[in-house]
Amino acid sequence: MAVKFSEEALKEYEEITTHYPDRKATLLPALWIAQREFGYISKEVMEYVAELVGVPFVRVYEVVEFYTMYHKKKPGRYHLQLCQTLSCYLAGAEEIRKYIEEKLNLKPGETSEDGLFSFQLMECLGSCHTAPVVQINDDYYENLTVEKFDAIIQDLKKHN
Amino acid sequence: MENILILTKRFSIPNANQLEVALKHGAYSSLEKLFSMKPEDVVEEVKKSNLKGRGGAGFPTGLKWSFIPKDTKKPIYLCVNADESEPGTFTDRYIMEYDPHLLIEGIINTSYAIKSHTAYIYIRGEYVKQYQILSRALEEARKAGYVGKNILGSGYDLDIWLHRGAGAYICGEETGLIESLEGKKGQPRIKPPFPAVEGLFRSPTIVNNVKTIASVPWIVLNGGEAYAKIGTKDSTGTNIFGVSGHVNQPGYWELPFGMRFLEFLEKYPKGVKGGKLKALIPGGSSTPVLTAEECEDLYLSYESMLAHKTFLGTGGMIVMNEHTDMVKALKTLTRFYSEESCGQCTPCREGTSWLDRLLDRILNREATTKELDLLIEISDNMEGKTICALAAACAMPVRSFVTKFRSDFEKYVKPISIPVHKVAEKIIQKEPIAS
Ligand SMILES: Cc1cc2nc3c(=O)[nH]c(=O)nc-3n(C[C@H](O)[C@H](O)[C@H](O)COP(=O)(O)O)c2cc1C
Ligand code: SF4
Ligand code: FES
Repeated sequence: MAVKFSEEALKEYEEITTHYPDRKATLLPALWIAQREFGYISKEVMEYVAELVGVPFVRVYEVVEFYTMYHKKKPGRYHLQLCQTLSCYLAGAEEIRKYIEEKLNLKPGETSEDGLFSFQLMECLGSCHTAPVVQINDDYYENLTVEKFDAIIQDLKKHN
Repeated sequence: MENILILTKRFSIPNANQLEVALKHGAYSSLEKLFSMKPEDVVEEVKKSNLKGRGGAGFPTGLKWSFIPKDTKKPIYLCVNADESEPGTFTDRYIMEYDPHLLIEGIINTSYAIKSHTAYIYIRGEYVKQYQILSRALEEARKAGYVGKNILGSGYDLDIWLHRGAGAYICGEETGLIESLEGKKGQPRIKPPFPAVEGLFRSPTIVNNVKTIASVPWIVLNGGEAYAKIGTKDSTGTNIFGVSGHVNQPGYWELPFGMRFLEFLEKYPKGVKGGKLKALIPGGSSTPVLTAEECEDLYLSYESMLAHKTFLGTGGMIVMNEHTDMVKALKTLTRFYSEESCGQCTPCREGTSWLDRLLDRILNREATTKELDLLIEISDNMEGKTICALAAACAMPVRSFVTKFRSDFEKYVKPISIPVHKVAEKIIQKEPIAS
């Protein structure tokens, strides 16, 4: 199946091109749409985006490599992003990390076999006063304790 | 004075992020006056206000604006720096969340002053909720005629676009931000040329922080002199101070500059949690750490921070109690900076990861005291030799942690390498040599 944006996504993208005097500037927005459309950015997707935006493939590749939020492989249904920088460390982020590594049996960069959870370590999420913080997909979960986090995980499991 | 609110005045009003509510409480009230002024006069007022950039470097805002070439034929751009990725810093997001219309009003004021007709808000990718709120607010503002063509019949046109980052601290550096907006890796550019002369799309560009821009409507409405009367002589106006780490009530508070730190610490975050104060990072993780002793006569102002050889930075403070292991604390920062280095400059790319590896060695008890000195030596060699300030942002915490909390580090290093005088000291103090 050839990779292609849906009608709706194409329209959204074309609207975005009007925001910039140079179409190349739409690369990051285009990749965001691509990630939403396809779940992650495969080589085919990079080729498609390169053509859409009008930049060489290697430019797209470099950009996808540079930014941590573009997924190069399929993330789990719930992508657990644990902040490990200073304020979160001081507030006990290591305990949460242990929970993920031991209870969910996930090392950073891994996805669970059932595809439910993937795990990534993050640097400061900009929520240091509600540390420790885990971002799950688009949502922040704040002021975590191992118990609270466990409850969240059980809840996510239940909804599947 | 303490309760003067400029940035957070609508935070406690329910639904103030909706236009209708914000309007009832004064949103966009600066515009009539703004459009009756000449752009040059707005720049003058901001110069008089002595407003300094709240993004970290504290550069005078009006002065920066005046660097745009007067005779430029190119379009002028405003980039709103909403990347907010410096560890310890988390207050810009609340302006976007609770009062996006204040930011939009600030963008209109700032763009008008610098004669720009296109502004981009570069928001960090993780802030999804804030992106959505801002998006909706922009839509409302467009419909109501505050953004777009011929704003409120003034003849002034302004487009404001939201641009989402994708997870890279370096995109908060102003030229990294510009590169990223242009669709590239966020690798900072060599300066000069400064963005004010040649920035986004090779055109004159002003990059300002969210809080800086959100301060402008008040200045336009009330005048630069009125703003300069708030705070201290060199630190005028207010800032939103954020506190995280070992305090009883982490959070953020808008205050005029100048309060004594210890008074602030007791009154707002309700004191240190879990023990006595050991250390304070005053303004985001890159600002040199202070000991409890140094905090005694510290004030929340640019000048007091400078007198203590540190910086006010973003105003994002991290408090550490007496039980904090400063080696482990520092390790989280060396990892941060080595992960986030964009890799262009050798001293930064190599230096940050070398420091990080040394921290690993120390934590694994493989290091000797020599390596503590090496940490400082490497730090000294990283500064002033790189394209942007990230290398220095890593060097400063390392040097200050190691020199000010050396005994924490010495606990980890091999006893065999303890210099003779230290061994002697330990024997005299009846301390175990190995710990
Ligand atoms: C590595 C690095 C990261 C930075 N990150 C941010 C940031 O996230 N937000 C910000 O406003 N300024 C950040 N800055 C400062 C900007 O380069 C720039 O000075 C600032 O946006 C200017 O705005 P101001 O004059 O309003 O402070 C960063 C600087 C460096 C060196
Ligand atoms: S100092 Fe570091 S982050 Fe800045 S440009 Fe050089 S390598 Fe990149
Ligand atoms: S350190 Fe975790 S959110 Fe800032």
